[in-house]
Amino acid sequence: MVMAIRSLFIFVVILSITVPTLSLYEDQVGLMDWHQKYIGKVKHAVFQTQKTGRKRVVVSTEENVIASLDLRHGEIFWRHVLGPNDAIDGIAIAMTKYVITLSSGGSILRAWNLPDGQMVWESFLQGTRDSNSFLFVPTSSKVDKDNTILVFGKGSLHAVSSIHGEIVWKMDFPAESFEVQEVIQHHDIDTIQVVGFVGSSQFDVYQINAKNGELLKHDSAAFEGGFSGEVSLVSSAKLVVLDAARSTLLTISFQNGEISFQKTYISDLVEDFSGMAVILPSKLNGLFAVKTNTASAFISVSSEGKLEVVDKITHATVISNPLPVSEGQQTFALVQHGDNDIHLNVKQGHDWNSDLLKEKIKLDQQRGFVHKVFINNYVRTDRSHGFRALIVMEDHSLLLLQQGEVVWRREDGLASIIGVTTSELPVERVGVSVAKVEQNLFEWLKGHMLKVKGTLMLASAEEVAAIQGMRLKSSEKSKMTRDHNGFRKLLIVLTKSGKLFALHTGDGRIVWSLLLNSLRQTETCQNPTGINLYQWQVPHHHAMDENPSVLVVGKCRPSSDALGILSFVDTYTGKELNSFGLDHSVVQVIPLPFTDATEQRLHLLIDASGQAHLYPRSAEAVAVFQREFSNIYWYSVETNNGVIKGHGLKSNCDGEVANNYCFGTREIWSIVFPSESEKIITTVTRKSNEVVHTQAKVIADQDVMYKYISKNLLFVATVSPKASGDIGSATPEESQLVVYVVDTVTGRILHRMIHHGSQGPVHAVFSENWIVYHYFNLRAHRYEMTVIEIYDQSRADNKDVLKLVLGKHNLTSPVSSYSRPEVTTKSQSYYFTHSVKAITVTLTAKGITSKHLLIGTIGDQVLAMDKRFFDPRRSVNPTQSEKEEGILPLTDSLPIIPQSYVTHSLKVEGLRGIVTAPAKLESATLVFTYGVDLFFTRLAPSRTYDSLTEDFSYALLLITIVALVVAIFVTWVLSEKKDLRDKWR
Amino acid sequence: MASIVRSKPVILLLFVQSCLCLLSPSLAISSGSSLDGYAINGRVKIPGIGAKGLGSHGKISNVKVILNGGQHVTFLRPDGYFSFHNVPAGTHLIEVAAIGYFFSPVRVDVSARFPGKVQATLTEKRRSLSELVLEPLKEEQYYEIREPFNIMSVVKSPMGLMMGFMVLVMFVMPKLMENMDPEEMKRAQEEMRNQGVPSLASMLPGAGRSN
Repeated sequence: MVMAIRSLFIFVVILSITVPTLSLYEDQVGLMDWHQKYIGKVKHAVFQTQKTGRKRVVVSTEENVIASLDLRHGEIFWRHVLGPNDAIDGIAIAMTKYVITLSSGGSILRAWNLPDGQMVWESFLQGTRDSNSFLFVPTSSKVDKDNTILVFGKGSLHAVSSIHGEIVWKMDFPAESFEVQEVIQHHDIDTIQVVGFVGSSQFDVYQINAKNGELLKHDSAAFEGGFSGEVSLVSSAKLVVLDAARSTLLTISFQNGEISFQKTYISDLVEDFSGMAVILPSKLNGLFAVKTNTASAFISVSSEGKLEVVDKITHATVISNPLPVSEGQQTFALVQHGDNDIHLNVKQGHDWNSDLLKEKIKLDQQRGFVHKVFINNYVRTDRSHGFRALIVMEDHSLLLLQQGEVVWRREDGLASIIGVTTSELPVERVGVSVAKVEQNLFEWLKGHMLKVKGTLMLASAEEVAAIQGMRLKSSEKSKMTRDHNGFRKLLIVLTKSGKLFALHTGDGRIVWSLLLNSLRQTETCQNPTGINLYQWQVPHHHAMDENPSVLVVGKCRPSSDALGILSFVDTYTGKELNSFGLDHSVVQVIPLPFTDATEQRLHLLIDASGQAHLYPRSAEAVAVFQREFSNIYWYSVETNNGVIKGHGLKSNCDGEVANNYCFGTREIWSIVFPSESEKIITTVTRKSNEVVHTQAKVIADQDVMYKYISKNLLFVATVSPKASGDIGSATPEESQLVVYVVDTVTGRILHRMIHHGSQGPVHAVFSENWIVYHYFNLRAHRYEMTVIEIYDQSRADNKDVLKLVLGKHNLTSPVSSYSRPEVTTKSQSYYFTHSVKAITVTLTAKGITSKHLLIGTIGDQVLAMDKRFFDPRRSVNPTQSEKEEGILPLTDSLPIIPQSYVTHSLKVEGLRGIVTAPAKLESATLVFTYGVDLFFTRLAPSRTYDSLTEDFSYALLLITIVALVVAIFVTWVLSEKKDLRDKWR
Repeated sequence: MASIVRSKPVILLLFVQSCLCLLSPSLAISSGSSLDGYAINGRVKIPGIGAKGLGSHGKISNVKVILNGGQHVTFLRPDGYFSFHNVPAGTHLIEVAAIGYFFSPVRVDVSARFPGKVQATLTEKRRSLSELVLEPLKEEQYYEIREPFNIMSVVKSPMGLMMGFMVLVMFVMPKLMENMDPEEMKRAQEEMRNQGVPSLASMLPGAGRSN
């Protein structure tokens, strides 16, 4: 009986292993994954509210997204992500049904159908040189006219039919470097005026027949002082520009072929002016704005060209483009920052003091300044004009304001994530919500009966919905406390705008967000950018009371010698604990594997001059650091010079920055790649937090192979310089790819391999003792993936039992980079269908679970592939024992199984990175994919062998047990009776 | 309709192409522009996505055509045509990204010596195309399909097996016991008692009485 139960148990285990769970059923979507759609920071916005029907706003963004948003709720109607080199220069709406986009530096013009986003036509505009680009859709009074669009780009002016994108006429300007600034339309005589600059000191006006592109008139005049920057067109024959020194305003009038300049010193208008002024972009009639060092001055221009300051505002101010509301009337919006709120004023163009609308809107503090404002009007029921304003904030979020309130907001900063880390949630305190969710037994049983029905496919549609809802509720996945399995965590993400978000892994909601003050523009730090974020303090063991915190590293300018910025943020509360500017630059950040007494991780920051700085700056940290002083090595990659260097620490650094936390470094080794034949394109190392379960790998014939596991390995890929461009730019003969595996402590090259006729881009992942990389094979003209596995040969003879018994083995000798181990490598290549944007590998808590590669494909999907497909020991006909080991027969290309797309039928538009984090449960791993969209899911690479699946039916188990107990008693009673009968017989 | 054209207005191209493809699919034209770029024109045909643009998986407007792993990205016109402009001579790769369909990447050779000659090859099947019309090799099904309810699946489930085993024990074991020689059984029981192995019978209440 015991045996039978045992064998049954084993059978059940085997059965549960063979059931696939990586793939999803359609009704499991959203159970453990979430997907969020974003667009990025808005550059242009055009409203479409005239017609009845759905009101929408069409926006283009810095992530090269063109999207149509619902004006009521801010949801996306449709969206297209253009290519990475296809930046949008301008958008417009033509004929009230097409959205026109100009992109790629004024060379690609596309029309999209406004209701559904279908591309209607695409035009390629050719030109001879690079220039600025300009999109102008003339407003036509005649309705049935074939609207033409005027596009300036690549040095020529094109008139394009908006119906089918045909180029009606094209005009090349005679002057070599003519840059169009404005296009002025004259309705009455069918001509257009194009004004612009040649070089920095010549002003040109072209008068062109709008019908056929015939040049009617050309005037030009030169100005010695030169021009700079933006122009502001104040009437149809007058514009204002700054001179090259940015201290004088020039009013240029160009009526009737005469061009005249009029100079006005800014210091005459604004008393305490010094330095440089900037004209704020606007197109208002008779009014423009100049931003000086102290304030923004609004200056009106009379018809004679007289300038007069109408107002000065000292707060940060943004103005919108003018909005025509009725015949000859213009309004514009002005947004100013108050103490805690923003003031939105809508003014009439000709009269500064006429406030059509004056609203005060309270915003939460974490959004920074207003960067852009777009306004739109609507007619109220009492026939007066109402206004709504779309504002773009410093943190890239998008808000719609109407009637003094925020109607909706979009956190579009999340479209540009630059760094991700995870943080644990607080531990559940005793007494809080214990068994609160457990309803009474009847409810619970009923729920499970429903589930049984669901699994038996007997449930009706309503019941299915009820099951779905119940699953979501009962899974407790969005609770704010730590769970037993470690599925609930916080994803801390740093965005390009310098804002930090904490996302809950359960449902993806924003738990807190923080616009880091240290990463905002200041006088001393003009153009700060975030570099990355690191786990600063992960309390466990002795510092349980502390909250975990992250370290955000930034720098003041994009250049490498810019001063660094550090900021420390508590991940529970989202408050900035501390922040300071550094007195040195940050080139490299090395989290060390040591912590101090409060579990603060030691970080080494390397500056541009090669000195190392230790953080946190405490005596204790230095003491910890000094103990490991001689064991700290790192490497640096100089892509431009083709050099990889290894570094170690010297004594304390000397010079003026000498302090206890600064250390000099020494170069230990360097590898110089010949610049004429090799160019470094990719370097990949192992993740420092990866856990390896076992070094030994038992292979089929009871033999053992020892993985060569070292944290100090670096994978380097180089290509011949000719092949460093895109596919199609090099021939197979002139391109080759060389890969190296380098020990970063000694600089020893452990492995080198050449792929002839191959080129990048190379995407690689390094885990345990293997590397998988993706590149393009020009000869076959297909993508290939190669696996390299590294084995330790020096331990290979540890198989002798006698030696083991006698203790003559080296199994306990430490893995060290100081020794020179004998390593062998095995490798194999396979074809892969798709281009790849990112590759990573699943991480689990103990490293026991088998690994899956997560491949972000060009179609913005994430494909999970078992590591077993990348096994150099695969052969065409595996032997029986190899089959038992799980070695798959060799195929020349890797199979793509649609069910193993972890993003199932979703797309992570603009995919840029995949991050995996282990859960506490060994079988599970958390996967976060980011790009323009965000996607999160939980995977079980070897299936959930250590826990029951979510849809495990407890009711069925209970029923079975009850039935068994009943059966036991019935049989017992029966056997009693039978016994009795037998005894009476 | 494989054709390679020096960049010119798209509409004109389409018109000329559609005329040409009636004559011969491999014919192509080139216009005498002095720029070094060529144009690649082609078409994506997805059966099931009709003129209305709504298929089982999505819209034709969400299909992207990608040149050289992301160098250029373009979209489909309502009739499924697409074009890349300013492409230098050489061997290029075109991929189609469409949710729900599997497309093979296409190798496209743009010849500098014979302007207007283009060769397209499906790299997955190593099949050359006479015209650049891309069709999905297969539809992709991203979800497992739930098996409809049948009694076997219940029986095969761990619970079902447990039940089945118990039923077996309930009905077959007594039969086995009956067939046993009572003397032999007694001996076996005695042996067991001597060894002190707890038997199932002794664990049941009243087991002692029954013996």
